[in-house]
Amino acid sequence: MPKPEILDPQGQAVTRALTRIGIDGVADVRQGKHFELEVDDSLDDETLHRIAGDLLANPVIEDWTVRRV
Amino acid sequence: MRIGVITFPGTLDDADAARAARRAGADAVALWHGDHDLRGVDAVVVPGGFSYGDYLRAGAIASQAPIMREVVEAARRGLPVLGICNGFQILCEAGLLPGALVRNAGLHFICRDQTLRVESASTVWTGGFTTGQEIVVPLKSGEGRYVADAATLAELEGEGRVVFRYVGGAPNGATADIAGVASADGRIVGLMPHPEHAIDPLTGPTTDGLGLFTSVLGAVAAA
Repeated sequence: MPKPEILDPQGQAVTRALTRIGIDGVADVRQGKHFELEVDDSLDDETLHRIAGDLLANPVIEDWTVRRV
Repeated sequence: MRIGVITFPGTLDDADAARAARRAGADAVALWHGDHDLRGVDAVVVPGGFSYGDYLRAGAIASQAPIMREVVEAARRGLPVLGICNGFQILCEAGLLPGALVRNAGLHFICRDQTLRVESASTVWTGGFTTGQEIVVPLKSGEGRYVADAATLAELEGEGRVVFRYVGGAPNGATADIAGVASADGRIVGLMPHPEHAIDPLTGPTTDGLGLFTSVLGAVAAA
């Protein structure tokens, strides 16, 4: 997800579009990315965080979370 | 002097960058993204375009390409590197320059001739300009809004590493109107506008962009 201090004009455009389809009450939209990885059970959490921080996200502008499902 | 110009899948401006290097009096050397070989060049230009289709993030995949491993290593030893537009995004993603480039504040792709102020003439790519000089070169990008955290911005401003600023306000919403920045040693420069498109009055708005290429020639010759 873009960090809170990073202006997200795409999210703002989505917010405006929501009012156009008649939905009120959505104060803000932030747009991010979602990746689904199929990994070996041997991959530890540290490696998953390295994947997220070194490639999938840019830590300069984005925060991320890793979730096993 | 030999200036290398990298071509990635999706690069658009390698031909113009090579032409600018030749116009400045250098030999232009084609470098291929998949090679681990800088072919003995004295400087490298990472040109604009949409490397790898801007997949993941603009510049993210290219920053991991084999040739970029060589560029990062050589740059840390002082090889002059210039990143233009997508090349600037690639240098930021590779960690050679601080900050990041994100979607233009107005969401529109911007294509126009843009006035810039040269804020630092003490990099190897701007030594031929004078500080405060205004130049006009094309700007053409959709993700050109420069951002960095407050500490990074203070460091850049404090060390005189903001190299180019948009005159009349940043059309893309870039922080502090920043159009281009340099590394601490002044040998790596990245900017969103395109100096390589402004080297010939027949094909560009001015010949102002040629100054970056002649500057690096002078810097390398003097070394």
